[in-house]
Amino acid sequence: MLESIVSYGLAVGAVYALIGIAYNVMFTASRVFSFTAGALGMLGGVLGALFINRFGLPVSLGFLAMLACGAILGVITEIVAVRPVLKSLDQHLYVLSTLALALMIQQLTAIEWSTEPQPFPRLLSFGDSLIDQKFWLPVLACIATIVGLELLYRHTLIGRAFLAISEDNYAARAIGLPEQQLRMTSYAIAGMIGMLAGFAGGEVLLAFFANEPMLNFYGFVPVALGGMGSNRGALVGGLALGLFQQAANFLVGGIFASVAVFVVFIIVLLARPEGLAGGTAARRV
Amino acid sequence: MDAAAPSAAVRAPRPSGLARLETAAPFILLAVAGIGLPFLGEDYWGVIATRACIYWVLVAGLNLVVGFAGQIAIGWVALLTLGAYATSVLTAGTAMPALSPYLALGVSAVMGAIFGVLVGLPALRLRTFYFAMTTLGFATILTQIALAWQSVTGGGIGVAGPVFPGPFSTPWGFYFMCLGLAALCTWMTANIAASRFGRSLIAIRDAEVAAEASGIAKPALLILVFLFSGATAGVAGGLFASLQSYITPDAFTFDLSVLFFIAILIGGRGSILGPLLGTILLTILPEFAAPLVAWSTFLYAALLLVIVLAMPGGIADLLDYKNRRPLERHREIVPRPELLSQLLGWKADATSLHLKQVELSFGGVRALDGLDLEIKAGQVHGLIGPNGSGKTTALNVISGYYAPQAGGAHLNDAPLPLAAPHTRAARRIARTFQTPRLIGSASVLQNVMIGGTVDGHCTFVESLLTLPRHWRDEAMLRDSAMLALSSVGLEQLATVRADRLQHGELRFMEIARALMLRPAFLLLDEPAAGLSTEEIRRLGALIVAISRQGTGVLLVEHHADLIFDICDHVTVLNLGKILADGTPAEIRSHREVVNAYLGA
Repeated sequence: MLESIVSYGLAVGAVYALIGIAYNVMFTASRVFSFTAGALGMLGGVLGALFINRFGLPVSLGFLAMLACGAILGVITEIVAVRPVLKSLDQHLYVLSTLALALMIQQLTAIEWSTEPQPFPRLLSFGDSLIDQKFWLPVLACIATIVGLELLYRHTLIGRAFLAISEDNYAARAIGLPEQQLRMTSYAIAGMIGMLAGFAGGEVLLAFFANEPMLNFYGFVPVALGGMGSNRGALVGGLALGLFQQAANFLVGGIFASVAVFVVFIIVLLARPEGLAGGTAARRV
Repeated sequence: MDAAAPSAAVRAPRPSGLARLETAAPFILLAVAGIGLPFLGEDYWGVIATRACIYWVLVAGLNLVVGFAGQIAIGWVALLTLGAYATSVLTAGTAMPALSPYLALGVSAVMGAIFGVLVGLPALRLRTFYFAMTTLGFATILTQIALAWQSVTGGGIGVAGPVFPGPFSTPWGFYFMCLGLAALCTWMTANIAASRFGRSLIAIRDAEVAAEASGIAKPALLILVFLFSGATAGVAGGLFASLQSYITPDAFTFDLSVLFFIAILIGGRGSILGPLLGTILLTILPEFAAPLVAWSTFLYAALLLVIVLAMPGGIADLLDYKNRRPLERHREIVPRPELLSQLLGWKADATSLHLKQVELSFGGVRALDGLDLEIKAGQVHGLIGPNGSGKTTALNVISGYYAPQAGGAHLNDAPLPLAAPHTRAARRIARTFQTPRLIGSASVLQNVMIGGTVDGHCTFVESLLTLPRHWRDEAMLRDSAMLALSSVGLEQLATVRADRLQHGELRFMEIARALMLRPAFLLLDEPAAGLSTEEIRRLGALIVAISRQGTGVLLVEHHADLIFDICDHVTVLNLGKILADGTPAEIRSHREVVNAYLGA
């Protein structure tokens, strides 16, 4: 039992962490949390199943097509739901605009795809000898994403530009950084990360439209607890959440697991609104 | 209150009978249409109308949370679920001996109120998005509990809804019950909207800092509103269960939450009529679009996006034709300082406001370095110095926005609480802001009335039911506000939306709002910035007149002429320390000050 708690918990935890990172990437670019993070994760599974199972594309092509869709959706989110409301950030209209867009995506999926969970294809023909691939793929995707982002932010010029924008928007614009393009790029990256989460965890979560609100919430928990903008916080928080949830699931049943996660989330947030990893210092990427 | 008794000359323009009728007309029309509906004899429309009434009972309460207080409570369907199950289960008697449906409905209201506060509590501490998330999480959890707790709720199979006996057992009878409750909720929320509580809620939404300076304590007020809107949601839940006649967790989808939310936004924030029309519209709409029923949530979401992006003001803005009339182009602000004695004519107990050994650092920057400053009643005390010398920081310590690391502010030797800005108003310390903090969507008069919030005596419940004290408060606040507006010279603009004012007028409006406190001490943060020479002259005369009524004025300013013309005492700050201190004449000839700041 311990083995299944750990393997299953780490797998879903890695998916939560990836959604959390998608939240973070959008947040650092625009100071906006977007409800579309869960929609991205949900679509990763649905589009993977659509391209590979229904259209019969090879896994590699299906993967690339899914990533492209993620980037496009990210850019659409930025143009439609974020950019128009950025100038009145204090009115929090972004909460509503991104929620509206996320709901539209979810409903469209329910109507055009299916309201029932659909199977997700096996991705690899190898790698099941020790642990089933459906358990280690999300973890691998998560680690690869974090390493990739670290390299991008620390060692490339464009990555430093991202940091400059998240640090001080006005100053960044004053020295001539193309703020808008950088923000769009960030949203494209976030779109790919979110979709990757759903794709890598496809066999665990299946291709199911109702994954969206679930991922929205459980993906946000590690961000809130780990400190916003902190990807390492999201990783630790996501894995811990996955393990805790699965342990509670196996030991006392599903309903208690949800209630427990919710209660812990609220109590921790009320006690430390800035998250466990601490205040503004953890805001760095 | 007595001190602010108005003269006949500036008595507030009481809403005339005709104007009141104009405001009430749409509601009366809706009520007449509602009562006349059964005569059409269409039973199906009766069901739709009942549903609209039930939704409105919930939305009316939620409107205070979302539309007025600006709290993004998305998962309010949770409270509808709670109310529905509570009423059904208590009536059916699966958990305890069966109750009468009416009693059960009352219990649901109480439960709704309690859970309304529980769901709302995080709003007092958390950021907007976090709060939205917690309300969503709560809605999800509640549905799961309803599914899992089979012995009580029937799980996925569900439970029968209550039937209200007596005259309300027939469909039309039940319709009238719901219509009556909807009308009651409309009346109560309209009362709140027109009271100091409604204005305070909008102040929290649009100008939280100014709300705090006016003594509005956000937590206490929000808890009252969560109680009320939780209770209406609980009642709506009970009615909803009765209308459905059988409820399962499937009946309470997130789509309903979205519907409630959009109804408010379509209607327009800070309005009662708008959301009411929005609710009716959204309930009827699906009936006309039967082939699109699968797409209804998609369309709601699309509508939400369009509203947020294209018309954030909603229906209420479209209906607000009065504020589209052009204003007079060339307006002059002519203060009437002679009215101040009516407004401020009282002797304050507080005679000195004292900053003692205040030290405050932001990271490595020492903003205030052992600052001592005493402001005396009846004097104008100028505070000048280069940018970054700590002037505004000192003002923020006095008004409680910053907590110093050492030292503090004292009023007549009694220390003022640190970092508690909402406590200053009750101690008659008022302030204005470098950038005017206003409620753009409210009228100038309402903006000024905010300043007198602490002088209102009636409770939330009294306002809800418009008991006598509510009227007395409103009359008192309106009269004082008109007097304050006349004193600063803005009485012609009283009914205009504040965001239509020019910059200079906003500065004077802020002073009027501060005067509503009948301040013992008035802190002005660069009041002359952006004013014309003539306006600065009038401002100076006004400030002097205010101080002659016994109010101590602290004036942070960059206009040296104004400072030297009107101040009794001037302090010059540099790098968080006092560089010079004395009469204007002494300062003007102070060598260091001239070198460092004034220039020769």
